[in-house]
Amino acid sequence: MSRRMKNFRHLGALVVALALFAAACGDDTTTTTTAAGATTTTAGAVFTPGALGAVTVAPGAPIEIRALQAISGEVSFLGTDQVRGAELAIADFGQVDGHDVNLGTPEDDLCSAEGGQAGAQAIVAQANVIGVLGTTCSGSAAAAAPIISAAGMVMISGSNTSPSLTSDLAGTAGSNWYNGYYRTAHNDLYQGATAARYAFEELGLTKAVAVHDGDPYTEGLATAFANAFTALGGTVTIHAVNKGDTDMTGVLTQVAADAPEFVYFPIFQPEGDFIIQQKGGIAGLETVVWMGADGLITDGFLAIPETAGMYFSGPDLRFGTNASATGTNYDQLVAAYTAAYGEAPTAVFHAHTYDATVLLLTKIQEVAVQDADGTLHIDRQALRDALNATSGFAGVTGSLSCDAFGDCGAETISVIRNDDPTDVAAGKANVVYSFAPGA
Amino acid sequence: MADLSVPKLKLNADAPTLAVDVFLFALRVLLIFFAAWALVGTIAIQVDGGGLTATAWRDLLVGGLAQGFMYGLIALGYSMVYGVLGFINFAHGEVFMAGSMSGFFVADALFDNGMWVNSFPLAFAIVMLTAIVTSALIAVIIERIAYRPLRGAPRLIPLITSIGMSFFVQYAVRGLVGDGFKDYPQLPAGLQQRVSFLGLDIEGIKLFVIATAIVSMVALWLFVERSKTGRAIRAVSEDKEIAALMGIDVNKTIVTTFAVGGAMAGVAGLLWAMLFRKVYFLTGFLPGIKAFTAAVLGGIGNLVGAMLGGVTLGLIETSGPRLLNGLAWKVPTLVAFVLGAVALATAVIGVIRVRRSDPRTVGTALGMVIVGVAGTAWGFIVLPGAQVVIPGTSQLKDMIAFVVLIGVLMIRPIGLLGEKLAVEERG
Repeated sequence: MSRRMKNFRHLGALVVALALFAAACGDDTTTTTTAAGATTTTAGAVFTPGALGAVTVAPGAPIEIRALQAISGEVSFLGTDQVRGAELAIADFGQVDGHDVNLGTPEDDLCSAEGGQAGAQAIVAQANVIGVLGTTCSGSAAAAAPIISAAGMVMISGSNTSPSLTSDLAGTAGSNWYNGYYRTAHNDLYQGATAARYAFEELGLTKAVAVHDGDPYTEGLATAFANAFTALGGTVTIHAVNKGDTDMTGVLTQVAADAPEFVYFPIFQPEGDFIIQQKGGIAGLETVVWMGADGLITDGFLAIPETAGMYFSGPDLRFGTNASATGTNYDQLVAAYTAAYGEAPTAVFHAHTYDATVLLLTKIQEVAVQDADGTLHIDRQALRDALNATSGFAGVTGSLSCDAFGDCGAETISVIRNDDPTDVAAGKANVVYSFAPGA
Repeated sequence: MADLSVPKLKLNADAPTLAVDVFLFALRVLLIFFAAWALVGTIAIQVDGGGLTATAWRDLLVGGLAQGFMYGLIALGYSMVYGVLGFINFAHGEVFMAGSMSGFFVADALFDNGMWVNSFPLAFAIVMLTAIVTSALIAVIIERIAYRPLRGAPRLIPLITSIGMSFFVQYAVRGLVGDGFKDYPQLPAGLQQRVSFLGLDIEGIKLFVIATAIVSMVALWLFVERSKTGRAIRAVSEDKEIAALMGIDVNKTIVTTFAVGGAMAGVAGLLWAMLFRKVYFLTGFLPGIKAFTAAVLGGIGNLVGAMLGGVTLGLIETSGPRLLNGLAWKVPTLVAFVLGAVALATAVIGVIRVRRSDPRTVGTALGMVIVGVAGTAWGFIVLPGAQVVIPGTSQLKDMIAFVVLIGVLMIRPIGLLGEKLAVEERG
């Protein structure tokens, strides 16, 4: 009997603990809502917020934006690079209507759906955040976008390229598209199309194979290539490897059986290394032309002797003298980056996030309504409308124009050829083809 | 139903029930059916002219053999340790990786001073020695600090310890050398070219891998079967207590076993690095699991079985995806009809024979009904529409390998060359 009592006591304690926990959570939500309600009430006299509500920035308070980037794990070099791009842009842009801009502590998207979701939830819990710079990985964005969108915020990514986040470029929204999502990176469909055009029109090849590794990014890009190549009149078969495979004999033999003239394998290291190093052992692949994508444009890969003569598709990084609205061009950006962080940029997307940040701040400034005492009202719907209307916006990466689904990138894709693996820098600069779909 | 002679089935609480027997038997029938279909389909596609060329098959087989012999070399270590101690040393994959990793640093240094290029055989011997010594040493150290204190404990304890050891070695290596890929230097041109062997043009490096592996395996076999120490190892694996009574130093013998198994893993580690030219701290994980699979496939505890299992696994991995395409063979309608008819007839006969209540008969009947329905549906409904292409079969190579493993173990639970253990061993 006493034992049973004891059990019940534990149960009771658990219930109390749960209740306290729930109450604590509930409190949080209540505070947030009240705060939001209160701001709208006080602002009511001079400013009427739209359907998504508004953020009120008190005099002297900073404008809150956040970064959601992969800052740990294998691709942390990509995320860190973009956080720096955002920091440099905020410094260059200066104050917005007399208010500082606060980036806060970057949230980690972990390059995974779980990370994107957790990071987005941490951000939307802060009701005064206006916009998010991120994510790094498309997989994270697919999980973060619905949360950010539902909270009325906007997010602009400098490196997401999956078509599912925006549209198929023919007017159909992607499965992961949500209002309030924008990106300054290219849409993979353009990259796939560029690779297909180069192979078909420039090299005159009609039989191709695409190889992916099951990752949504690589599979999407391989499919985009296949569709574009087929539309041009070529034939394509698709093969797949696993992440973690080392022995590529099987897949290469099957590729050889399709007798391709051109193989597009937009995958990553080390699987890409194994493919290119083992192709010599397979009969029937001697005359094939090989092309990788931006995931393989790394110093380590380009230095592999077997990559001599190989092609790579990727965003065109010859930004030249394009100047951002802040007046900075790419050379100046790199100089500022190196001065601030003591190392050269570790990836390419800092420029895209720089543009994303300047775009966001410009549009905030555009829609902000200022009271006489310096209080700033930023209407969330108006901000989205302003971003949607972006056209010919000057950025470091080129001229940015947003379509109805948030694709704002300058979208120039180039193809490079690695002529000499002992000179990686020359290989990266050896652009043999460039394609801008919008132009 | 009343005249089903139930007592014959021994339906008591301990025995497996009729349903389980029937299900397992049906599953076996299905597995054999699909394996046969894939094989027949592949041959039929080949005869039709839609298959691979002879050179492509040659590449697949040679690639599979090279891969398989490396699995076999690693599997020897799993099998030997299981033989003497009766548990699976999951840290063995890391022993393999450590050999590969240590070999890299020596190979890189020898490349820098020109020896790798100028006198490759000597350089290779030095690197090989490094890999062997490192692997053997790490295997012995693992035995000393992680397994010996647990001698006599229930078998689950050292098994879990070995998983812990595996993580420990992985992350110790990561701490020491970082988490990046280490690229082995280019091989000399001679090894990269094809050489003619028995009338076949084979890549030099693959031939080299296969030859080295065979030599190592033969050496190990002679050691275990012919030397005095080898006899001691076999005695200890038969019965530790009696071996000790006969004057054999059991601890020393176990250490020798770990050292020899480690040395084989070291050879495999180096060959792996020669073939794939890349190593990092997780390199040992997947090959380790695969080699364990190979050891089980061949019959754990049996050295020849480990080699056979390794080679079989390697061959299935490279050619399995191609054989899977055989399932998409556009079967002639007549064949589908005959197949369906035979299957259904067998099923009917089986159901009639149900009166004898043999689970095998019922299982066969059930399996054949499924086969008949599936075969007929496949032949009449699915295939006539269009030639089916199974997409991304190469991605399924691990899955195919493990399905084959499960299939072999379902039909022969002790593995290809396994021997029934007379007495359940103690750890």
